[in-house]
Amino acid sequence: MGDMFRRYGRAATLIICLLTAFWLAMLVVLPNITLLESSFRPLLPVTEIGGPADQYTLANYIKVFNGSIDTTLMGIPVNIPVHVLTFSLTIFYSLLVTILCFLLTYPLAYYMAKILNPRSLPTIFLLLCVPLLVSEVLRAFAWWIILALKGPLSTLLVTLHVIDKPVRWISGYNGVMIGLVYTYVLFMIFPVYNAMSSLDSNQIEAAEDLGSPWWRTHLRIVLPHCKPGIASGSVMVFMLSAGSLLVPTILGSTTSQWFTQTIQQWMFDALDWNTAAAYAFLLLLMCTLFVSLVMKLFRVKLSDIAK
Amino acid sequence: MSAGIDLENVCCDFGSFRAVDTANVSIEPGEFFSFLGPSGCGKTTILRMISGFIEPTHGQIRIGGMDMKGQRPNQRPTALIFQNLALFPLMPIWENISFGLEVRGVDKAARRKRAQELLDMVDLPDAADKMVSQLSGGQKQRVAIARALAVEPKVMLLDEPLSALDLKLRQHMRAELRAIQKRTGVTFIYITHDQGEALAMSDRVGVMSQGRIQQIATPRDIYNNPVNGFVAGFVGENNVFTGSVVAPSAGMAGFDTGLGRLTARLGDGALGEGIKLYVRPEHTILTETEGAENSVPVTVSEVSFEGAFIAVHAKAANGQTLVAEVRNDGAATVPAIGAKRFASFNAAHAAILPDAFTGG
Repeated sequence: MGDMFRRYGRAATLIICLLTAFWLAMLVVLPNITLLESSFRPLLPVTEIGGPADQYTLANYIKVFNGSIDTTLMGIPVNIPVHVLTFSLTIFYSLLVTILCFLLTYPLAYYMAKILNPRSLPTIFLLLCVPLLVSEVLRAFAWWIILALKGPLSTLLVTLHVIDKPVRWISGYNGVMIGLVYTYVLFMIFPVYNAMSSLDSNQIEAAEDLGSPWWRTHLRIVLPHCKPGIASGSVMVFMLSAGSLLVPTILGSTTSQWFTQTIQQWMFDALDWNTAAAYAFLLLLMCTLFVSLVMKLFRVKLSDIAK
Repeated sequence: MSAGIDLENVCCDFGSFRAVDTANVSIEPGEFFSFLGPSGCGKTTILRMISGFIEPTHGQIRIGGMDMKGQRPNQRPTALIFQNLALFPLMPIWENISFGLEVRGVDKAARRKRAQELLDMVDLPDAADKMVSQLSGGQKQRVAIARALAVEPKVMLLDEPLSALDLKLRQHMRAELRAIQKRTGVTFIYITHDQGEALAMSDRVGVMSQGRIQQIATPRDIYNNPVNGFVAGFVGENNVFTGSVVAPSAGMAGFDTGLGRLTARLGDGALGEGIKLYVRPEHTILTETEGAENSVPVTVSEVSFEGAFIAVHAKAANGQTLVAEVRNDGAATVPAIGAKRFASFNAAHAAILPDAFTGG
């Protein structure tokens, strides 16, 4: 702060800080407080708002347990509230997206940080970032076209005689998985690459010199060193995936439902903003809890991620 | 326990640059061998070829008589100590030391026990559960040695491991390394650019320049009988005279310089261009009267006190500065600046040598 005063002068610093504070307050803090407040109030006709029925209640949150259905999870028949099921599947598939992103990223990051000639790095980074120049909506639609029943992918594979007849790629959560991995993989690559490139190559050589096969070197030396990078990448990919609305909407199938879509339906189909707000805060709360739990499990500290 | 190493016509090219050129050397089992040379002379490349991180472009490397071609570093009976030590910062010390055993499938209790034995040996008995960051430079050094010894290598390769330490610690670790080598009997190959280190520790030294091994000899021979100007210049100080050889006979020759005719031993290959006469400052004495041979009239220009000796700088008639070192034994008389003296040396202590060997 003192440094900013010296560099920009008192007036400019004050203006910058006030504008930032204003932006944060009006577009982030206030709307969230309003939503939080309304999530504890029942949906009422306009005439009854502020009346005797307008009491703070947890009813909106408890709604998530309404309407049980019979389904099977991994072969076991269960009776589960439909929104809890959607929420669980959202968490499960977000986790899957995170794991897939990590599996794709780790070898690539290792290649970029330790094997590739540093002179080729800018080219690789450029190639990785080019998709970001296109809007997320367009990218999702591009995948929708690619994966369509009579789209380019099916046509190509049929022509090459890999498959006999066109495949409906967008079924179940397939399309959502592909779309989310594609959209958020970059959020994994950069932290993992950063962590990887800070590893002293001599340590890899030292492990090999002591007789370690490549997989053990990765398990004992490279992977532990990259843990903070993997953790921050995973948190980002997981939170973004669980909170994504666009990709599940465009690339979802008739049998896929994302929790954000449920929130959207409360908001725009049921026009019940109070319940929608309650669901949104449930998602935020549960995801945060889940991430903290996983971080505890892998012994990652918040300060490691901030590095 | 230890193995000898043979390098036969080993070359290593990086693109069009030849980093190591036709290296031939036989290192005996249990020997302490040093490669000495300035940075960029190819000594680290040799070390990395022996450890298996680089394949030679030509030639053969044998360890214990076995050709090492195609063997990865993890298949070779060598252990490398890196210049920055490359300890694993996320493991406690005992896991660092026993990592090589972990790889070999030794169970945890046995690993822990062996790590403690090695820690006792390197004089760090209480360090087992500390982390790398808690140790000092010298202690890290010892852990690196213990980690390398844990895999019972037949050959230890050391890449300037003392360069990061301060002077006192460096001298202490020299003696320690030498003692560990004697105790374990493992062949040590030591890379350094510090002539003092190489001379003090090694059984034999290989002096390198521009990818070539210039001379392989005992430290004493390297210092007293350098084969060429590079070795003479890199290992120790010299007074150097340029001129031409006259009347060579029985290993001695006259040498005509701008300061008159000098006499010295004639080195092998001291023909043609780039021949110079080298004499060590400690073999150069300043006398008041002219000697029978090798006496150059000089004027004392500077006296610098170095502790164990006093270096007297004196200018000859052609402006060349000669240095004479006088042992600080209390009896030595040091001439005043401006005094006229004769810089003299014994012909047996001077040598006429060719330039560095780069041909072939």
